[in-house]
Amino acid sequence: MLELQNVSKTFNPNTVNQKVALNGVSLTLKDGDFVTVIGGNGAGKSTMLNAVAGVFPIESGRILIDKTDVTSLPEYKRAIYISRVFQDPMMGTAASMGIDENLALALRRGKRRGLRWGITAKERAQYKELLATLDLGLEQRLTTKVGLLSGGQRQALTLLMATLKKPKLLLLDEHTAALDPKTAVKVLEMTEDIVRRNNLTTLMITHNMKDAIAHGNRLIMMYEGRIVIDIAGEDKKKLTVEKLLDLFSKVSGSDEADDKLLLS
Amino acid sequence: MILGLNILELFAQLPGAVAQGLIWGIMAIGVYITFRILDIADLTVDGSFCTGGAVCVMLIVNGYDLFTALMVSFIVGMLTGLVTGLFHTFFGISAILAGILTQLGLWSVNLAIMGKPNQALNVNNYNLLVSLRYLQEVIKGTRPFYWSPILVVGVFVAFLIAILYWFFGTELGSSIRATGNNQNMSRALGINTKFNKVLGLMLSNGIVALSGALLSQYQGFADINMGRGAIVIGLAAVIIGEVLFARLFRNFSLRLLGVVIGAIIYYIVIQTVLWLKLNPNYLKLLSAVVVSVFLAIPHWKGKLFTARRKGGSDRA
Repeated sequence: MLELQNVSKTFNPNTVNQKVALNGVSLTLKDGDFVTVIGGNGAGKSTMLNAVAGVFPIESGRILIDKTDVTSLPEYKRAIYISRVFQDPMMGTAASMGIDENLALALRRGKRRGLRWGITAKERAQYKELLATLDLGLEQRLTTKVGLLSGGQRQALTLLMATLKKPKLLLLDEHTAALDPKTAVKVLEMTEDIVRRNNLTTLMITHNMKDAIAHGNRLIMMYEGRIVIDIAGEDKKKLTVEKLLDLFSKVSGSDEADDKLLLS
Repeated sequence: MILGLNILELFAQLPGAVAQGLIWGIMAIGVYITFRILDIADLTVDGSFCTGGAVCVMLIVNGYDLFTALMVSFIVGMLTGLVTGLFHTFFGISAILAGILTQLGLWSVNLAIMGKPNQALNVNNYNLLVSLRYLQEVIKGTRPFYWSPILVVGVFVAFLIAILYWFFGTELGSSIRATGNNQNMSRALGINTKFNKVLGLMLSNGIVALSGALLSQYQGFADINMGRGAIVIGLAAVIIGEVLFARLFRNFSLRLLGVVIGAIIYYIVIQTVLWLKLNPNYLKLLSAVVVSVFLAIPHWKGKLFTARRKGGSDRA
């Protein structure tokens, strides 16, 4: 499904701020894999997701989606395959456009946008039904500007937008980190539900080890721009936070990172 | 007679102010597209406004019909927007600087088009769409009312707003609005934000050039300085329209109408200030002060109410 072959990325090369963010990352995802990604700050989690999404060009390596080489495709063209939910709830929606208009934009992800009317009456009815499933009362506020919604509501809407047109790959970049704990739990439940129901291939970054263990069928941990732990299947089911920390200090050769991981 | 001022004199000036305001209102719609929809302050307009006037006058003087002259003005205006758009997206120059560069270059282009700094367009020799002369004759009663520039430009504006309402409701138009709103989201949803910015800049400058073409007919000449400070007048119209009609006009087409009314109000105010015998040299200073104060109001409001309104990110 998704294949990263020896992907490297350095920010600010040849300057004092040089930072190797990805150091030869290779990763292969099977169809329907739900992979959680953990790691400390600066481990390269977001960089990896952004490299897949095409936010910036990579220096070396290749990225394939469904055997199609997308390495040189610009971000907006990769949207044909990929949908995303960002950490910042403000980033995934257009604030001064209505809920229905945002959904209509998402429904046309990766399609040519021409001079047909931007939103149809039939769609609106469909959006109402879908919004009702979120149980946030948004179906009553179809034309409300998204800027008037709370962070949690916006993030739930973004999640709905990301899966409105089924993507080949769903990228979630700490999409619950900016929410209050209660809302975060709810959005995570929704995520699990949507991913399972549509059998979406998913990469989900999280700061929360418990969440990373509880969700998905595979877990990877990143450290200094590399994937250092990769656990799937039965091993993953038996995983605990203690075991994971233990594993991590063995791999990284230090335990100072424990605190960093736990605290962050 | 109070203080030597004759109120009738002011009233006599009003139809002219309304006609001019309407023409500049078209220009302000162009500014609205970049400033409000695309979230770009595009300074190309100071140049493209004059380009529109210059192209229109030269074509009419050289025997082309009115429709051709207006269409070509529009297209050439779009090309100026294309240049700014490519400076911005392809060359990676900041939007403001890209606009300034195009504007500067257009000074020479406009001179080249006209061959000299000022080209007259005598209303006696050509059929024009609008003219100050027509306005005067309609008021005197020597010309039927439907020649009134206020009516003609009014209909023109109505058509323009209808077309723009349709366009920004289409898939493509919606994606342009999304681009101005949130570029990250737009790209994530497969929208080519660079293309959309260029398209928006082209559309905006095409409309601005059209407005310049109408003004040059109305005043009977095109002048190399006719676009100087146009961006400020456009912004003034946008802001006056928004401040006065924010609660009343929520629909997109009504907002555009608000911008046009804003331009009319601007010209009535200017006319009134002139009537008060203010030295015309201070007009631009006055405009600059008024616009900066109105631009500051939302900022100050935001500081006053600590609960910050959350908008789309990436407003840089």
